[in-house]
Amino acid sequence: MDLNTVLLILDSTLRLATPLLFACLAGLFSERAGVFDIGLEGKMLIAAFFSAAAAALTGNVWLGLLAGCAASMALAAIHGLASITFRGNQLISGVAINFLATGLTVLIAQDWFQQGGRTPQLEGGARFQPITLPFAETLRDVPVFGQIYYDLISGHTILVYAGFLAVPATWYVLFRTRFGLRLRAVGENPGAVDTAGVSVTGLRYGAVMICGLLCGFAGAYLSTGLSAGFVKDMSAGRGFIALAALIFAKWRPWSALGACLLFGLLDALGNRFQSIEIAGIALPVQFMQALPYILTVVILAGFVGKAIPPRAGGEAYVKER
Amino acid sequence: MTDAPAIELRRISKAFGPVQANKDISLKVMPGTIHGIIGENGAGKSTLMSILYGFYKADSGEILVNGRETPIPDSQAAIKAGIGMVFQHFKLVENFSVLENVVLGAEEGAFLRPTLAKARRHLTELAREYEMNVDPDAKIEDLSVGHQQRVEILKALYREANILILDEPTGVLTPAEADHLFRILRGLKAEGKTIILITHKLREIMEITDTVSVMRRGEMTDTVRTADTSPQDLAERMVGRKVLLRVDKTPAQPGKTVLEVKGLRVTDSQGVERLKGIDLTVRAGEIVGIAGVAGNGQSELLDVLGGIRAATGEITLNGQPLSLSGPGSDARARRRAGITHVPEDRHRLGLILDFKAWENTGFGYQDLPKYCAGLMMDNRALREDTDAKMGRFDVRPHDPNLAAKSFSGGNQQKIVLAREIEADPDLLLIGQPTRGVDIGAIEFIHQRIVELRDAGKAILLVSVELDEIMSLSDRIAVMFDGRIMGERLPAETDETELGLLMAGMEGRAA
Repeated sequence: MDLNTVLLILDSTLRLATPLLFACLAGLFSERAGVFDIGLEGKMLIAAFFSAAAAALTGNVWLGLLAGCAASMALAAIHGLASITFRGNQLISGVAINFLATGLTVLIAQDWFQQGGRTPQLEGGARFQPITLPFAETLRDVPVFGQIYYDLISGHTILVYAGFLAVPATWYVLFRTRFGLRLRAVGENPGAVDTAGVSVTGLRYGAVMICGLLCGFAGAYLSTGLSAGFVKDMSAGRGFIALAALIFAKWRPWSALGACLLFGLLDALGNRFQSIEIAGIALPVQFMQALPYILTVVILAGFVGKAIPPRAGGEAYVKER
Repeated sequence: MTDAPAIELRRISKAFGPVQANKDISLKVMPGTIHGIIGENGAGKSTLMSILYGFYKADSGEILVNGRETPIPDSQAAIKAGIGMVFQHFKLVENFSVLENVVLGAEEGAFLRPTLAKARRHLTELAREYEMNVDPDAKIEDLSVGHQQRVEILKALYREANILILDEPTGVLTPAEADHLFRILRGLKAEGKTIILITHKLREIMEITDTVSVMRRGEMTDTVRTADTSPQDLAERMVGRKVLLRVDKTPAQPGKTVLEVKGLRVTDSQGVERLKGIDLTVRAGEIVGIAGVAGNGQSELLDVLGGIRAATGEITLNGQPLSLSGPGSDARARRRAGITHVPEDRHRLGLILDFKAWENTGFGYQDLPKYCAGLMMDNRALREDTDAKMGRFDVRPHDPNLAAKSFSGGNQQKIVLAREIEADPDLLLIGQPTRGVDIGAIEFIHQRIVELRDAGKAILLVSVELDEIMSLSDRIAVMFDGRIMGERLPAETDETELGLLMAGMEGRAA
């Protein structure tokens, strides 16, 4: 493998890790506040559709992003209503959101565009375009460093950069601000927050809406950055992989980055090496493509150390009698 | 005093569904005093104070703070009015540091760094002023219960509370820790702070309060000066009739050894050794009481003997060895061998709350021939048997078809007790027999335990209530950190000595 191949794979890793990263951080906010969210998948999907649809209709990808985030946050609000206000089961609410998104996107897509549940192909200003970072062209021919800078660091869409910047931002908010302290507290012991005179409901809604916003970014990137349009079920389980990454990362932002990069890498390898021979045995392409999912199962089965979720996670807050 | 009361409650009422927790309660607490509120479990003390702290909202009534009417819709309002509360179950975030817990909700500004730096200084001053040493960077989960409680008090002081409510603060403390707490409270009182102390322990009321209010079934029945009353008088006011505070019993007539425990060791799932070599004997016709602060291995000891936890070591019952792990060491084998168990946590291990009383009576005994008809259960027989048991143990309401959760704590305990005592054991294990049980039922339960002893049975009693251990046991073993620190006869010891043993210090030479 030469440097070029490695750079190509890593470049692909970054792009494939971005939607996972947004979704994973989304889940991190929600779950750290004690609201479990298996509806990341559904929120991503609906955001992917509305972003692509709005971009196709207006020709402006930023309006697309806005529409995607709005749609995702609307589903987040439903999840909040069900699990915070009405104290319903958070898993069931999440499952319902996933089904709702699957059906709704295809139904509306067919009604609006009549292309078998797709949006039209996005072009030009209706897609996020790669950004060439300053000096990339100049440094292009510098061996190794220049190549890495040009091929790997430069030339991504703005959402990729935003995704990676969201990691330190999340860390800062969580561990260095008042909001973060309260958010972590409400996921551990809402009673402590309540008796300290802070609204448990307000905090949890805040967290759930941030989750919706970030899922909106994840979905918008899928349909207007990574691809050029929406197709049926295009989130393809990424919401669940993000959830696995979150558990793998033990609900910590920097570890989440590592976990998402790992999944992104496996995905990239699967795409790059359609068939591979190890010790004379040819591994079929399906195996390579299944790698991220296999890792997900391994992680969820608990082989990767003990992950302690936020203690009040999954439970609605009821003042005990 | 001409001052306005620090707290005045006027005609407070609160209902939870059909249960009227507080009925028309009025109360005045003068500034700079320690005011006790005493009452049985479920009398409505905690509810009343939670209303004052804005945790619950009253259905009707008014609250006046320092003479001014102050609506308290939430805890924020209570904190603003200068009220702080230490709940019975602490409201701390376990994996946060002391400092983070103290500032939570009282941060100054959106960024933590300046807030934490300032809070650290303030906290150090407060800790010095009131001799409450705690490490600001320690994680709550690493602190002892006594220290956690100090964090709660510091939390209130940090918010500049002038009125401090403490809900059953000594339930989890050793006698020495309780004494320290009382010293702190006296110091706070000397500073002019007002303290409201909720407890069901008469001794504490007599020791520290200036005035005391008695609650019974949701109503405030009396408010008296502590100097004008006595424990006996307060107990009668609490229950509404004459009660026996001491257990009436004759000296024990111990017979042959029933239970012999040698070198018992237990390691829990986290790899922590919970029992570190227990040696213990219990003879027929004797009550052996295990004293100790909760969490020092008493629960594990009961679990092992009751067959719900594996261990290493040796146990014999009437000279027959019992297996400690693997097949033949489960609860059913123990019951067959003649050990029955009234578990400490009756809600988790003693009963299934949603099941009916008669179903609960059958648990563990469902395969007895008298409850079976061929392959089927003979539910009618079980129901009739339950009906008779409920009569003998005075369970109210006397209705075998009522779900276990519909009974009061005392009556639930009587159901468990009836099931385990009437199984006619050689050894009865009984944990926290009167936790969450009202005084009237305590008297009854104690009598039953003594009767069983007089019938020549061996009884192993575990309780965190030192009074209960002192009055019921014929012999007392004190546990600390998985070991038995010593054995004493109740007539030859006192609370001070037991308290030292409970804290892990050798008592004075016996």
